[in-house]
Amino acid sequence: MLGYVVQRILATIPVMGFVALIVFLLLRLSGDPAAMLAGDAATPEVIARIRENLGLNDPLYVQFFRWIGEMLRGDFGTSLLSGTPVTTMILQRMEPTISLALTTIFLSVIIAVPLGVLAAWKQGTLIDRFVMLLSVIGFSVPVFVIGYMMIAFFAIELRWFPVQGFRPIGQGIEPFLSRITLPTLTLTLLYVALIARITRTSMLEILNDDYIRTARAKGLPEGKVLLRHALRNCSVPIITVIGIGFALIISGVVVTETVFNLPGLGRLTVDAVLARDYPVIQAVILLSSLVYVVVNLLIDIAYVFLDPRIRYQ
Amino acid sequence: MSAAQGENVLDIRGLHIALDGLADAGLVKGLDLTIRPGETHCLVGESGSGKSLTALATMGLLAPVLKCTQGQILLNGEDVLTVSPRRLRRLRATAMSMIFQEPMTALNPVARVGRQIEEVLENHSNLSPRQRKGRVMEMMEAVHLPDIERMYRSYPHQLSGGQRQRIMIAMALIMKPKLLIADEPTTALDVTTQAQILSLVQELREKQGTAVLFITHDMGVVAEIADRVTVLKLGEVMESHPTEQLLRHPRTDYTRDLLQSVPSHVPRPPRPDSGTPEVLRVDGLNKVYVEGGWFTKGRETHAAKDVAFSLKKGRTVGIVGESGSGKSTVARCVMRLIDPTSGRIEIGGTDIATLKPAALKPHRRKFQIVFQDPMRSLNPRIEVGESIIEGPLNFGVSRKAALARARELMQLVGLPASAVDRFPHQFSGGQRQRIAIARALAMEPEVLVADEAVSALDVSVQAQVLRLLAELQDRLGLGILFITHDLGVAAQICDDVIVMKLGEVVEYGPAGRVLASPRHAYTKALIEAAPGRHWDFANFRPFAEETPNAGPHGAAGSAH
Repeated sequence: MLGYVVQRILATIPVMGFVALIVFLLLRLSGDPAAMLAGDAATPEVIARIRENLGLNDPLYVQFFRWIGEMLRGDFGTSLLSGTPVTTMILQRMEPTISLALTTIFLSVIIAVPLGVLAAWKQGTLIDRFVMLLSVIGFSVPVFVIGYMMIAFFAIELRWFPVQGFRPIGQGIEPFLSRITLPTLTLTLLYVALIARITRTSMLEILNDDYIRTARAKGLPEGKVLLRHALRNCSVPIITVIGIGFALIISGVVVTETVFNLPGLGRLTVDAVLARDYPVIQAVILLSSLVYVVVNLLIDIAYVFLDPRIRYQ
Repeated sequence: MSAAQGENVLDIRGLHIALDGLADAGLVKGLDLTIRPGETHCLVGESGSGKSLTALATMGLLAPVLKCTQGQILLNGEDVLTVSPRRLRRLRATAMSMIFQEPMTALNPVARVGRQIEEVLENHSNLSPRQRKGRVMEMMEAVHLPDIERMYRSYPHQLSGGQRQRIMIAMALIMKPKLLIADEPTTALDVTTQAQILSLVQELREKQGTAVLFITHDMGVVAEIADRVTVLKLGEVMESHPTEQLLRHPRTDYTRDLLQSVPSHVPRPPRPDSGTPEVLRVDGLNKVYVEGGWFTKGRETHAAKDVAFSLKKGRTVGIVGESGSGKSTVARCVMRLIDPTSGRIEIGGTDIATLKPAALKPHRRKFQIVFQDPMRSLNPRIEVGESIIEGPLNFGVSRKAALARARELMQLVGLPASAVDRFPHQFSGGQRQRIAIARALAMEPEVLVADEAVSALDVSVQAQVLRLLAELQDRLGLGILFITHDLGVAAQICDDVIVMKLGEVVEYGPAGRVLASPRHAYTKALIEAAPGRHWDFANFRPFAEETPNAGPHGAAGSAH
């Protein structure tokens, strides 16, 4: 088991290296960084000096490994726009995004899994149709529509919550919760739709399995049949969706962050792209790849605990 | 209720089962059945007879679309069709239990088997955790599982099929129910394992005084274990008698046909040597699977080891063995569906073992295969005619000629020519297997490989398909390589028999010699384990009573 985990962690290194290479080459292909840095009015001499300073005259592979080395030391360069170190910028933007991801996933799971189980158990009944309807709404209504409706109703009409913004949890639970609630609810609808649907589908399949019949033949009450025998066997697909969902939020939910004015990674990315702030773009792309790789690694390790038939050498 | 009726553990009266809303088209029609304490009652019938439905109805486990429309199912005098769901759950495992056909899928794959047994006690007793564990251990001991401490902590996938069925039995009998329902519990198991499970069920029945309702399609099993037999056909009881009486004096034509379809374990008289040319010769055939790690040397599994045999035109060679014996591996190597690791496979004198795909293609025509499960071996989305002509079209036959040939073939295998325009789901299992045979014949092969080709079929259908194969062999001079786990079938159709165990050939010789006076201990064990081998079903008597001159004539082999 430990060997497997170590092997999997080692295997992420070439993946990340490959991603880094692609990012590096893409940005080099999009133009001369020195010219971009210098601006439109720069003389050739100025550009040449910048090239010299940045080491752009070295062979590409030297530049690549130097860049990798800097990143490994935590140095992602400085923003072209603001001049602040990229690492600092990202760290600042991390908290809103991670907070939103955690609250959303937590709330979605505790709502969606029971709903999915119930829908599968009562397949074809009103409850099932209600869950399916909810799921269609969650998938099809755009996030900004739901977000603005939430603001209009809960923040402006009822005045239960502030309209927008973010407070770190360090400044008190109450201000944090009052501001994270509406964006969380907005995203939760989408994630409930996704997770409930997966839960229902896998439960329906599992409920036809022979060991469910065995469990009933033992005289177990339906609750135990559903939870202990059926749901545990559905955990693999459900955990997969939860993991991917988490990674999706971390790598940026631009619309939600914009609607609720959350200073998160999604907006950082959009701002950076619009301003052609290459060091920031590079860092954000690498960060989201890393999140996906790590989440997938965690999902794979979780499989081993959830299903004893899965064993890796 | 009279005293006499009160003695019955199970008393089913006038049971009707139908699809919800279709009460007229009954699936079980007026079934009566009684079982006394300690009795083993076999319910036999072919697919669609309603035997499993009856069992599931008794347990209250019918699918929601099926309803018991009439009748009573009295368990110790209590009608399980009218009790509350709560009471029904209470009765399960304590008064009646059930074990199922597929031990591979009947246990929860993500829970330890010991815990799964213990769950029964958690629900139906007030024992402390310590006492529960003790009871589970006792019960695992009683079903003769080895190394029970380790077994207790094992997951289902770590156990063999036979061990899993023992776990199921332990689970079913731990509360000492009065009734055990066993739905084809040994059908998915190897013959030696089957013999062990049958004797285990008998042993526990005697110890606990449990009545057993045993559902089976296998007359051999019936002869082995039943006190009483009820024969079902399409939801109706044909007859119900003590076992000996039913086997000796069947009253209905249906039962008589059923018994006469059972292939006898006594080999048919040998056919004279044909003197025909060899169509298939296999020499030193090996197939090794390597389970590889990246850094370590992989673990090798020898699926077939030095297999050698030859098959002449118009003859049949059988490969028999249990699961994991390598018999299907050999069939697949011969078909080049998998690549042999080494060895020669000569078809009509050409070694095809190592030919590259392009060089192999012209030879493919000469060897064709029929698979076990006709429900899955035909593409459900295309007309059977299209399936049949696909091969010839690949070899350049014109569409018109191929279709005309397909229509002829349909008639050759006993189906109407118009069947080519229909889809697989419009046929029964036996008809589909005929289509699969027609598909193979469309290529005009010299060698036909039949991989458990009759194992999934009801016994009467099995007899028909075997007769068809024998007829086709006579007419077309086919060489048949017949893979089977059923020694009775092998005894009736094979000229030569190869017995395989764990990838190795343990015995190879004329069927009459190998199956009547086996030399190898494993062959003997296989024959010993076959249920009902002492009974000559076709002649309604045990073999011991046979007069020396009257050779047995199993229906399956009567084409010659």
